[in-house]
Amino acid sequence: MNYPIWLIPALPLLGFLLNGLASLLYGAAQAQKRGEEWRKAHPDEGHGHDHGSHEAAHGAHDSHDAHGHDHGHHDTGPMLPWALRLFHGVVGVGTVGLATVLSFGILVPYAKSVMSNVEGARPIVETLYHWIQVGGLSIDIAFRIDALSALMLSFVTFVGTLIHLYSVGYMQAEAGYGRFFAYLNLFMFSMLMLVLANNLPMLFIGWEGVGLCSYLLIGYYYDKDFAAAAGKKAFVTNRVGDFGMVLGIFGILALFGTTDFSFVDMARQQQMASGTPLGVYAVCALLFLGACGKSAQVPLYVWLPDAMAGPTPVSALIHAATMVTAGVYLVARCSAVFLLAPDALTLVAWVGAGTAILAASIGLAQNDIKKVLAYSTVSQLGYMFLACGVGAFAIGMFHVFTHAFFKACLFLGSGSVIHALHHEQDMRAMGGLAKKTPATHLTMLVSALAIAGIVPFAGFFSKDQILGSAFAGGHYILFAVGLVTAGMTAFYMFRLYRMTFSGTYRGTPEQESHIHESPLTMTVPLWILGAGSVLTGFLGLPEVFGKNLMVEFLSPSVGKMHAHEVSHATEYLLMAVSLAVAGAGIFLAFKWYTGQDAKFTPGAAPEDIIASPAAHAFFEKTGTLGKVVANKWNVDEGIEALVLSPFRKIGTFLWRGFDALFIDGLVNASAFMVELTGDLVRFFTTGNVRNYALTFVLGVLGFTLYIWMR
Amino acid sequence: MITLTHYVGLSFLLFSIGVTGVLIRRNLLTVLMSIELMLNAVNLNLIAFSRQLGDLNGHLFAIFIITVAAGEAAIGLAIIVSLYRLKGSVNLDDAAEMKG
Amino acid sequence: MPFPVSDLILIVPELFLTAVALGLLIYATVVSREKEGAIAWMALAALVLTGVLLFVPFSSVTSLPQIGFAGMFAVDKFSLFFKILILAAAAVTILFSLRFIGSSPYPGGEYYCLILLTTVGMLFMVSGVHLVSIYIALELMALSQYVLAGYFKQETKSIEAAAKYFVLGAFSSGVLLYGLSLVYGAARTLTLTGVAQALAASPKAPLFILGIILVACGLFFKIASAPFHVWAPDVYEGAPTPIAAFFAVGPKLAAYAIFARIFYSGFGPGSADWTVIVAASAALTMVVGNVGALMQENVKRLLGYSSIGHAGYALMGFLGYGTDFGLPALMIYLASYALMTLGAFGLVVMLETKGYAGESVDDFNGLARKNPTAAAAMLVFLLSLTGIPPTVGFIGKYYLFTSAMKAGWFWLALLGVLMSAVSLFYYFRIVRAMYLVDGEGELRWKEEPAVSAAVIACLAGTLLFGILPQPLVSWAKACLLN
Repeated sequence: MNYPIWLIPALPLLGFLLNGLASLLYGAAQAQKRGEEWRKAHPDEGHGHDHGSHEAAHGAHDSHDAHGHDHGHHDTGPMLPWALRLFHGVVGVGTVGLATVLSFGILVPYAKSVMSNVEGARPIVETLYHWIQVGGLSIDIAFRIDALSALMLSFVTFVGTLIHLYSVGYMQAEAGYGRFFAYLNLFMFSMLMLVLANNLPMLFIGWEGVGLCSYLLIGYYYDKDFAAAAGKKAFVTNRVGDFGMVLGIFGILALFGTTDFSFVDMARQQQMASGTPLGVYAVCALLFLGACGKSAQVPLYVWLPDAMAGPTPVSALIHAATMVTAGVYLVARCSAVFLLAPDALTLVAWVGAGTAILAASIGLAQNDIKKVLAYSTVSQLGYMFLACGVGAFAIGMFHVFTHAFFKACLFLGSGSVIHALHHEQDMRAMGGLAKKTPATHLTMLVSALAIAGIVPFAGFFSKDQILGSAFAGGHYILFAVGLVTAGMTAFYMFRLYRMTFSGTYRGTPEQESHIHESPLTMTVPLWILGAGSVLTGFLGLPEVFGKNLMVEFLSPSVGKMHAHEVSHATEYLLMAVSLAVAGAGIFLAFKWYTGQDAKFTPGAAPEDIIASPAAHAFFEKTGTLGKVVANKWNVDEGIEALVLSPFRKIGTFLWRGFDALFIDGLVNASAFMVELTGDLVRFFTTGNVRNYALTFVLGVLGFTLYIWMR
Repeated sequence: MITLTHYVGLSFLLFSIGVTGVLIRRNLLTVLMSIELMLNAVNLNLIAFSRQLGDLNGHLFAIFIITVAAGEAAIGLAIIVSLYRLKGSVNLDDAAEMKG
Repeated sequence: MPFPVSDLILIVPELFLTAVALGLLIYATVVSREKEGAIAWMALAALVLTGVLLFVPFSSVTSLPQIGFAGMFAVDKFSLFFKILILAAAAVTILFSLRFIGSSPYPGGEYYCLILLTTVGMLFMVSGVHLVSIYIALELMALSQYVLAGYFKQETKSIEAAAKYFVLGAFSSGVLLYGLSLVYGAARTLTLTGVAQALAASPKAPLFILGIILVACGLFFKIASAPFHVWAPDVYEGAPTPIAAFFAVGPKLAAYAIFARIFYSGFGPGSADWTVIVAASAALTMVVGNVGALMQENVKRLLGYSSIGHAGYALMGFLGYGTDFGLPALMIYLASYALMTLGAFGLVVMLETKGYAGESVDDFNGLARKNPTAAAAMLVFLLSLTGIPPTVGFIGKYYLFTSAMKAGWFWLALLGVLMSAVSLFYYFRIVRAMYLVDGEGELRWKEEPAVSAAVIACLAGTLLFGILPQPLVSWAKACLLN
C-alpha cells in the first residue's frame, strides 16, 4: 500500500498559499485605495523624499503600551467582508482538518500493527527525491512515520484543528484575519515537516519554519511596541539555540556519517563511524542547546513568557501544545545517542528540574492570567526534560502528549475569559466568572485538575510516572525538586482558578453587564480538549495497574535507561505522596484566595487585592495570630512576612533579578562585544583612500610575515 | 658587473617608493604617478628576467603593461578632472564623504 | 608566437560581443536621448546571442577542452560555467538599468557599451591560461569598471567611488603584477602549466613564495576579502545601484574563476602552502563582513558588507584543494550567491525612484503592507543570503561548509556557522522594517516590468534550486577544472 504521507504537510501548505494569496490581493487593493485617499488629501506633494513630514496614510493608531497584554480584538483596520472571512475560515480550518483526517487514516492502522507486533513494526518511510548529495552522503526529502512521529502527529493535527476552529471565533473582528490564518497554516505545515522528517536537515527546515511563524505571530500586533519587541526577543534567543542545533547536526554527521534517522539504530548498536566519549557528549550537549532554545529551558526560557504578546490561540497552539515540545521530541528522537553519553543525560535532567522549579516559583507571583500559564508551560517542559534526563524518554513523550491537551485547554479557556472580559488579562480584576461563563469554567477546572496532578485526570498519570522514574533511577534530589514543583503547580493553578472564577466580580458593574460566554466555535474545542484532559491519561497507566500502552507503543522508537525495579508498595506510596502534595497546594490556594471582599483599582499594590482576603481567611480559621494582631494591616504584614513574601521574593527575584540582570545582562554583554567589533571594523573604514591603501599594505606584510614564520 | 640582483634590487626600491607615494601623498595626480612608478618597477623586473632567461615573453608582457598603463592613466586623469569639477580640488582627503 | 587563424573560432562569442559593443558606441553618438532604450535592448540581445554562440559547436571545435593562441586562451567546461553566469549577471544588470538610467540626467549609450566591455573582459579572464592574457583581460574589466562606478559624474558620491576604486584598483594591479613578475623570474615562463612544472621542481624558492603571496593579495582585492576589502562598501554605496549589483556579482565571479585557475592549475601542484593564507583571509573576511554589516543604515552598504562576508564563505571552497569537494562547492555557492544577491539588489533598485532615495533600511518600512509581493520576494532573498533552507543559499553553504570540514578546516566551518547566525541580525533588520514597522506616506514604488522580470527570474532560481538542487549540482560537478 502506498501511503500518501506527503499530503499531510502539503494540505496546510496549500491552505497557506490560498489564504496568503487572498490576503495579499485584498491587502494590495486596500493599500491602493488608501494611497488614492492619501493623494487626494495631499494634492500638492509629489514624489518627495521628506518622508519625515508625511503623516500616517492608513489611519492613526492609538499606541497602547500596556506591557504584555494581548489586545485581542484591537483593530488595525476595518473588519473584513463576511465572504472573505468565510473563505479564510473554510480554507484555514478545512485544509488542516483534512490533514488530520488523513493522518488518522494512516495512524490508526499503523498503531494497530505496532501494538500487535511490538518488535516487528517497521517505520513507514516515503522518499520523494534526493535533495542533496555530497560524496556518498545523500539527504532525501523523505517522510517517516514511526511510533514517535505517530504520537506527535496525532496530537499536532488534532489539537491544531481544534485551535484553528477556535480562532474562527476568537479572531472574528480582526483586520488581519486572513494574514493570521495564512501564518497559522504555514505553522502547521512547518510543524508537520518537523514531525514527519526522516533526517535532521529536514527536521531543521521545519524547526526554522516554526520559528519563523512563531516570530511572525508573536509580532502579529506589529503596531504594538511590546509585540514587536517580544517577537525580536524570541527570535534572538532561538538563534542561540539554533546555533547549537546546526553544530549538533554536523556533529551527528561526523559521528555516524549520516543525518538520516538510521543513525538512531546505529547508535543503539553502538556503531559509530568515529567519535570519542567527549565527542558524543559534545554533540548531545549541542543538540540539547538547540532543544533548550525551542523548548524554553534555562537559560533560554526568557522568550516564552514574552511570547504571550501574540493572540491567545497562538499561545495555545505554538507556545504551549506543539512547537515548544519540539525540543523534547528532538531529545527523544536522539535518545539512543544520549544514552551513549550518560553525562549529557544528567545535564538534561538537571536543566529540566531546575527550569521546572524556577518557572513554577515565578508563576506564584504573576497576576496576568496568560503569564501564569506561560511560566507553567516552561515548568511543565522542564518536567519533560527531567523525564528524558533520567532515561524515561517514553514517559517524557507521554507528558508531552497529555500536556498538549490540558495546556491547550487552559490557554483557550483563558482566551475565552479574556474574550468575555474584553481584553482584561489581570486576574485581580476578575472573579466570579464561574456562573457567567459556565463552559469555560468547567473545562478550565478539569484541565487545572489535570495539570495539578489529581487522579484520574491526565496529568496525574504522566507526572506521577516522571517522579516515579526519577525515584526509581535513584535521583532522589531530582525527585524532591519535582515533588516541590508539583505542589507549587497545584497552588498557582488553583490560585488562578480562584482569582478568576470564584467569589464576586471585582470590576465595575458596567463592565460586569458585558460579560458573556464565548460562541460555539470557541466552546466546542474547549469541551473536546477538556474531555482529552480527562481521558488521555488512561493511555499510559502506570505499570502497577497493568500494561503501560504508551511506553509499549513507543518502545521501538525511543531508548530507555535501565532502572531499578521498585516494589508495588513503594509505587503506591509515591502516588499517595504526590497526590498529597498536590492536594496540599490546592487546599492552600482555596484557603488563601477566596476572590471576595475587594474591588480592583489598577494602581493598587498586589497585596491589597490578593493577600488580604487570603490573610483574613487564614487567620479566622486558625484564630491564633488573628487575636494578637489587631488590625488588618498587621495581619497582612504578618502573613506577608511569614509565608507569601519569601515565596514572592524568590519568585520576583528570579523573575526580575535573574531574568533582567543575568539573562538580559548576558545578552547585552554579547551585543556590546559585537558592537565593539563592529566599531573596530568601521574604524578602519575611514573613508580615506590612503588609509585603505595602508590596510592593503599591512595585509600584504602580515601574510608575508605569517608565511615566513611558519 | 651589473647582475640580475642589481636589477631586481632597483626594481624593489622603485616599487617601494611607488607604494610609499600612494600611502603618503594627498594629491591624486601624485598618487597616479606613484602607481606608474610601481608599474615601471614591474617592467624593469620583467625585462631583467627576460634578458637573463633569454625568453621574449617578459618583453612582451612589459610592452602590454605599458600599453595598459597608458589607458589607465587616461581614465585616471578623466576621474581627476571630474573630481576637480565637483570638489574644486584633487586632494584625496576631500574625497572621504563615504565611510564606516 | 604564431597561431593558426582557425584559433579565432574559439573566441567567436567574445569577438561578437566586442563588435557589438563598439558598434553600439558609434550608434550611441548619433541616436537621440529618447531612443537610447533601444541600445539597452540591443545590448541585451547581444548578451543572449553571445550565450547561444558559446554552445554552437564549430566544425573544428568538437571536443573540449580546446587551447588556442599559443597556450593563452582555453575553452573548457569550467570557463563555460562562469561565462554563462557572467552573461546572466550582465543581462540582469541591463534590465535593472532601463528606467534607472533612462530617468537619470546621464546618457545611456556609453553606459551599456561599458557594461558589454566589462563583460568581454570577464569572458576573456575566465578563459585565460596565460599570465599575460589573464592580466590584460583583468585590466579591460577593471578600466571599464572605474568608469561605470563614476558614471553619475555630477554626484559627488559616484565620483568619490570612482576615485577610490581607481586608486586602489590600480594599486592592487601593481601589487599583482609585481607578484607575477617574480613568478616569471622563478618559473621562466608565463603559462600556467609551465609555472606548475617549474614550481614542482623548486617549491621553496623565495621568489616563488613572495610572488604567490603578492598574487594572492592582488586577487583578494578583486574578490573583496579582508584585509583588502575596504573599498567595497564605499564603491557599492557610491556607484549607481544597478552597477553596484553588477560589481557585487560579475567581476567577483570572474575573479574567483581566475583565482581557481591560477592557484589550482598554476601554483597548486607545486605547493599547497597558499591554503593557509586563504584560510586566514577567509576567517578575517567572514568576521569583518558580517560584523561590519551589523550597524549599517544604508542598504547598499549593508549588502556590500554582506557580500564581503559571503566572499569569506566562498574562500573556504579553495581550501578543498586536493579533495573532490572544494571547487564544486565553490561553484554551486557562486551560482546561488549570484541569484540571491542580484535579487536583493533588484528590490533596492525598485525602491529608488531617483537619485539616492530608497537606500536606507527605513525605506523598507511597511513594505509588507504596501507591496506584499515585493516584501515576500525580499524575504526569500534574505533567507537565502542567511542560508536558511529551502533556499539555494542553504544548499551553497551546506556544500561549502561540508567541503571545508572534509578538508580538515573544522574551526573555519564552525566560524562560518557562527557568522551566519550573526548575519541573521542584519538581514532581519530589513525583514523587521518590512513586516513590523509602519511605513509612512505614499507608496514610493515604481512597478517596472523589466526589473520585476529580472527579480522574478532570480526568485524562481533561488527557490527552485533550493528545493531541487540536483541540476545545479550536477552542472557544477560536470564543469570542474581538469
